[in-house]
Amino acid sequence: MSGERAHLCLADGTVLPGWAFGAKGSTTGEAVFTTGLTGYEEVLTDPSFRGQIVAMTTPHIGNTGVNGDDTEAATDAPHVAGFVARDASPVTSSWRSKEPLDAYLARHGVVGITGVDTRKLTRHLRDHGAQNAAIGTDAPDVLVRRAREARDMSGLDLVREVTPTEPHVFTESRGVWAPTPPAPQTRHVVAVDFGAKRNILRCLVDAGCKVTVVPATTSAEAILELAPDGVFLSNGPGDPAAVTYGIETVRALLGKKPLFGICLGHQLLALALGATTYKLKFGHRGINQPVLDLSTGKIEITTQNHGFAVELHSLGGKAETTHVHLNDRTSEGLAAKSLDAFSVQYHPEAAAGPHDSLYLFERFTAAMDRA
Amino acid sequence: MPRRDDLEKILLLGSGPIVIGQACEFDYSGCQGAKSLKQEGYEVVLVNSNPATIMTDPELADRTYVEPLERRTVAKILERERPDAVLPTLGGQTALNLALELHEDGVLSRLGIELIGASPEAIKKAEDRRLFKEAMDKIGLESPRSDYAYSVEDARRIVERTGYPAILRPSFTLGGAGGGIVTKASELDEKVSWALRCSPTGEVLVEESLIGWKEYELEVIRDRADNFIVVCSIENIDPMGVHTGDSITVAPAMTLTDREFQRLRTAARAIMTEIGVETGGSNVQFAVNPADGRFVVIEMNPRVSRSSALASKATGYPIAKIASKLAVGYRLDELRNDITHTSAAFEPTIDYVVVKWPRFAFEKFPGADPRLGTQMKSVGEAMSIGRTFPEALQKAARSLETGREGLVSLRARVDYRELAASMVPAARDLGTEAPSAPAAPKHLPPATDDETREALAKLIGVATAERLFHVADAMRLGMSQAEVHERTRIDPWFLAQLDRILDAERDIPRLATSTGDARVELLRGLKRLGFSDRQLLAGGGTHGKTELDVHEERRGLGVEPVYGRVDTCAAEFVAHTPYLYGTYESEHEIAPTIRRKIVILGGGPNRIGQGIEFDYCCVHAAMALRELGVETLMVNCNPETVSTDFDTSDRLFFEPLTFEDVLAICEREKPEGVIVQFGGQTPLKLAVPLARAGVRVLGTSEDAIDRAEDRERFDQLLTKLDLLRPRGGIAKSEVEALEVARGIGFPVLVRPSYVLGGRAMMICHDEEEFAAYMHLAREAAREAGTQTVLIDEFLRDATEVDVDCLCDGRRVVIGGVMQHIEEAGVHSGDSTSVLPPHTLPIRTVERIEEATRRLALELGVRGLMNVQFAVKDDRVYVSEVNPRASRTVPFVSKATGRPLAKLAARIIAGMTLDELDCHDLSWPRHVAVKESVFPFAKFPGVDTILGPEMRSTGEVMGIASTFERALGKALLASGMSLPRNGKALISVKDADKADAVKLGRRLRNLGLDIMATGGTADALDHSRVPCERINKVAEGSPHVVDVLRKGEISLVVNTTVGAKSIRDSYAMRRQALLASVPYFTTMSAALAGVAALEAEDGEPQVMSLQEWAARG
Repeated sequence: MSGERAHLCLADGTVLPGWAFGAKGSTTGEAVFTTGLTGYEEVLTDPSFRGQIVAMTTPHIGNTGVNGDDTEAATDAPHVAGFVARDASPVTSSWRSKEPLDAYLARHGVVGITGVDTRKLTRHLRDHGAQNAAIGTDAPDVLVRRAREARDMSGLDLVREVTPTEPHVFTESRGVWAPTPPAPQTRHVVAVDFGAKRNILRCLVDAGCKVTVVPATTSAEAILELAPDGVFLSNGPGDPAAVTYGIETVRALLGKKPLFGICLGHQLLALALGATTYKLKFGHRGINQPVLDLSTGKIEITTQNHGFAVELHSLGGKAETTHVHLNDRTSEGLAAKSLDAFSVQYHPEAAAGPHDSLYLFERFTAAMDRA
Repeated sequence: MPRRDDLEKILLLGSGPIVIGQACEFDYSGCQGAKSLKQEGYEVVLVNSNPATIMTDPELADRTYVEPLERRTVAKILERERPDAVLPTLGGQTALNLALELHEDGVLSRLGIELIGASPEAIKKAEDRRLFKEAMDKIGLESPRSDYAYSVEDARRIVERTGYPAILRPSFTLGGAGGGIVTKASELDEKVSWALRCSPTGEVLVEESLIGWKEYELEVIRDRADNFIVVCSIENIDPMGVHTGDSITVAPAMTLTDREFQRLRTAARAIMTEIGVETGGSNVQFAVNPADGRFVVIEMNPRVSRSSALASKATGYPIAKIASKLAVGYRLDELRNDITHTSAAFEPTIDYVVVKWPRFAFEKFPGADPRLGTQMKSVGEAMSIGRTFPEALQKAARSLETGREGLVSLRARVDYRELAASMVPAARDLGTEAPSAPAAPKHLPPATDDETREALAKLIGVATAERLFHVADAMRLGMSQAEVHERTRIDPWFLAQLDRILDAERDIPRLATSTGDARVELLRGLKRLGFSDRQLLAGGGTHGKTELDVHEERRGLGVEPVYGRVDTCAAEFVAHTPYLYGTYESEHEIAPTIRRKIVILGGGPNRIGQGIEFDYCCVHAAMALRELGVETLMVNCNPETVSTDFDTSDRLFFEPLTFEDVLAICEREKPEGVIVQFGGQTPLKLAVPLARAGVRVLGTSEDAIDRAEDRERFDQLLTKLDLLRPRGGIAKSEVEALEVARGIGFPVLVRPSYVLGGRAMMICHDEEEFAAYMHLAREAAREAGTQTVLIDEFLRDATEVDVDCLCDGRRVVIGGVMQHIEEAGVHSGDSTSVLPPHTLPIRTVERIEEATRRLALELGVRGLMNVQFAVKDDRVYVSEVNPRASRTVPFVSKATGRPLAKLAARIIAGMTLDELDCHDLSWPRHVAVKESVFPFAKFPGVDTILGPEMRSTGEVMGIASTFERALGKALLASGMSLPRNGKALISVKDADKADAVKLGRRLRNLGLDIMATGGTADALDHSRVPCERINKVAEGSPHVVDVLRKGEISLVVNTTVGAKSIRDSYAMRRQALLASVPYFTTMSAALAGVAALEAEDGEPQVMSLQEWAARG
């Protein structure tokens, strides 16, 4: 390991040394960890990580370079505020790679740090909770100060930073990576983009939907004017309670069209139904999270990336809990049958992660076909 | 779907003796299975012929049958026990095949017994390559282009489509036995016919070669509700073409993007569903084309496997335990992850890198092809854990104990020109021409860099046990990563990581000259890449002169390892189990306790001479100490074992068994001391250095160990006690050696000092043989780190005896006295042992016991000691004293019902034999026989004759009320089914002619006809034993090999003496093996075998260990 000394500093004063990689300079954001063994390209480009400094717990990062095809962003640009690795790869080995990770991060101005004891960091965040952090080549005390001065994620509406400014039609398919050939496009879905992962949109296309993506601030009336068969509520970054306009839109759409929400979309649906949300100590981030489908008794191994959760008991009689997390029994899915709305907290589109939950897209098309 | 209450009694099948391809991992899985089924309240009956297993400990099951894993015997046990179900998926291929046989001949349905874990249909679908391929086609997954051959003609036709090279995979064989690669048309006939013979169904898959593709394995679990998880992904560093058991592998997979990995995961899931594995663990293997990502399914095993053990140890997820619970009805979501107390239905994720490195034993099999291929040849493996691949790789290298302290250069030890030349395949008929004696090194002038580079360029294209070292040396000489990749097809990512190690290696000398923070940073950087202190010492990176100096310097600079946890979850949750590995990170995760605690050093990777027996002892020691309330800290690096199960000890350190790594643990934990006597030679070698570094060696002192190990001190000991030993001497040069040998008189027994398992031990009958052999002995001695060669009088025809005893420093208790059937000259680990002695006079046994007692007391043994004796002309000679647990401890414990290793551990912890109420046992009512099992079938072209160098990989036990019956069981369990009809071929040395006559008569009485060669036929004729005369090979056709090939022979007895006769009779022995004809290479074993045959009377008789023990 060599190069320029850098540090990762937490707001509570914890300092972890490493070496600079990616872009030069320094950055701040909420430090979080994710435990997936694969999929750093998807993580980097996932809009839900907006404003966060993401640490991968798997040590070797960058082995397969960056190929641009596996991006989860609207473009191939990363969304993370900073990136932390134990051991950034000296080479790239993949027939699909277009660019080494280091060069990619540098090109997009993302500050990274490698050589960090990421296990110590993870254990610290696990025990002391997610908190703000700074990385850079400045002195540690400067970085600690910057971390303390960084904006607080709670109550922060990050959606406005990642939502598109104009509506557009999305047509990309997963192509050769789809398990089955795409279905004919017989339904029209309006996807409200709070920071949608691109693979969700690809999955909707492959499930047989014409997909119109609209900005998060689009009103219910404007959405209904597009005459959709169903409305999809996407994932997105930050505190759901801060996305008040989104909650209003969902409330206005309830009962009018079949609704399907993922992640932030799940939380917004719950809030619109009158439930509450809260911040988890250190969130669920990884691609090995077990979820129990209460209706079938089956387990799905899921991809998750959320720091907030729906308060299970606050749902009352407003909706039924369909899925729970097997580890901590938190809310993972709900359905308001009478309103033809359902949602999951986890990411059925995976990317990265196991493909156990793709059936949910078909459940959505079935709902539209019924309506 | 919780626990099935309709089942009450479950029979668990073990995997039998340790063989290549089936080792301790099935003891590990069997133990987990037995424990969890008992925990669930089932009555557990267990069958395994291998006494060295923990699973056959009487406490683990309600009834334990140490009986042959053979259809008739197991059917008898089923009839006797009437279990509700049989669980075969934890006992490897042996158990699976046996279960299928029992299903197919209707025993199971007749007795109303259910097969759980995997249905017969699922087993067949996964194991029968044709059905498997059809299943893959059905779910749209590609498998390699291939078809089945039932004859050489078929194969020729298929190869037209697959092209060369083509892979041969015989159906239903273990570890790929009989498989191979046909690279050109001229090899086809021979290789296909051998493959056909190896397959019990005479069926061989001829398959498109995927050599050079990347190889992956997924360890998966599925329950009956179709819940599915991947426990671990494993990537092979050696690309396709090398059996995965012989490949260096890494977890997790390193060079796949998520999309590529998920594609394999989804495929694995579809395969599990299609094959119909509902309740348990399986493994699925894939090949991925690095050029375009095309992937094909190679195979799946519908059972727990070696890789499952690796995956369990690599992630902390107990696959066998979970699999057995699923087999009795549970679903994944109803089970708990013991480490995190979260659900068992999750996919483990890790934040470190695991490397598995196989260990080979080619040096013990002269004539074996050192090239690796589709047939597994390794005898063991080491696993290591590091935070990065370089760290894990170098730790794995030193864990192997092959004298490589990391990714070191071999240039000083190997002449690459000669090595490259030796890789040219032997131009001999492997079935009939004996291997030539290993050539003496040519002592060429030192190779230039160019010569070495040229040799390495050739060499790295061949997959061998040490290829990665060769690759590193090629890179040291400037070969580009691109060229290495071109020649080896090893993924560029791994090569870049090797390059990092080599880059850092060049910095080592700088370490000695740098100061202050720069020095600390450089040192830390090197340690983070896995460099050992010995590498730093050898590289001139220190001021000190010894490893201990480096250690002290390093500690002074504060560069020390910390211990991280293996927690299944990459620290997402708090872990509750202390399963630890050392790494150069920034924080310890677990504080040392202040309880009384003892470190137990394990045995490291399995090798010939040091295997499961020592793991058995270590596990027993841990159990005994825990029962005493002492905290136990286990150190081991063998992923197959029970000792590396995280709940065997209070703390498990998955670390190399080197001075450096063990000392670091001791400094951190500050235990009362370490126990070195249970893990075989590995920890014993650490006793003196650890003691010098201030670590207390518990039990027998390091000085006593040295007295028994050091030849001169040992001689003084025997002289003092007035005990006899074969005359002998030591030599440090060939001239000196010849003088000693002449002084003693030929034949002599020659061996290097400080080796285990009779490494390079040989009997030389004359000066010519002696001269030819000396260089091998000296080479082996050098490898073991000594100059010394020992030369002893060879006690021809002496009877060998092994004794295990316990001593508390004051009193000695004899654990067991075992008489060997084979006379002196066959390594004790390879011979057949009988307990109690079957022919020795009781007076002699008493003298042996007395000598044992005196030795133990004089040495001040605390714990176990093993002595080997030779008895000749009523004189008792001491051949060897091992102040440690021996290979025979588990056998003796099972045979006598007394857990010697546990008792020894209590003595070491300070108890006395009186306190333990431990006394000599009276003569038992039963006889136990230990028979050895050999890997010759895996090494084409290797002689099967037994000698002073140990070559067996495993053992079985037969127990019965008479010697003959016990032997019969042991032979059957070892896979030798003695014939009651047909022709016996007898060809013996002169000294055995008289016995040959007796043997011939008795065989005829049993109904066999006799065929004999020259002198043997004369002797038989002379004594009016009718026999058919047959030529030796040298006498021309038709000869012995012809009749063996034609299948006319059902038993071979061949004894021989002297290097030339041994070479001349090679073909007979090898053909017997190829034709699966039972054979004996010593007269004593043949006579005993006939006695066993005479005692056999139809029905197998079975009884459990618990019942034998109750009889006393």
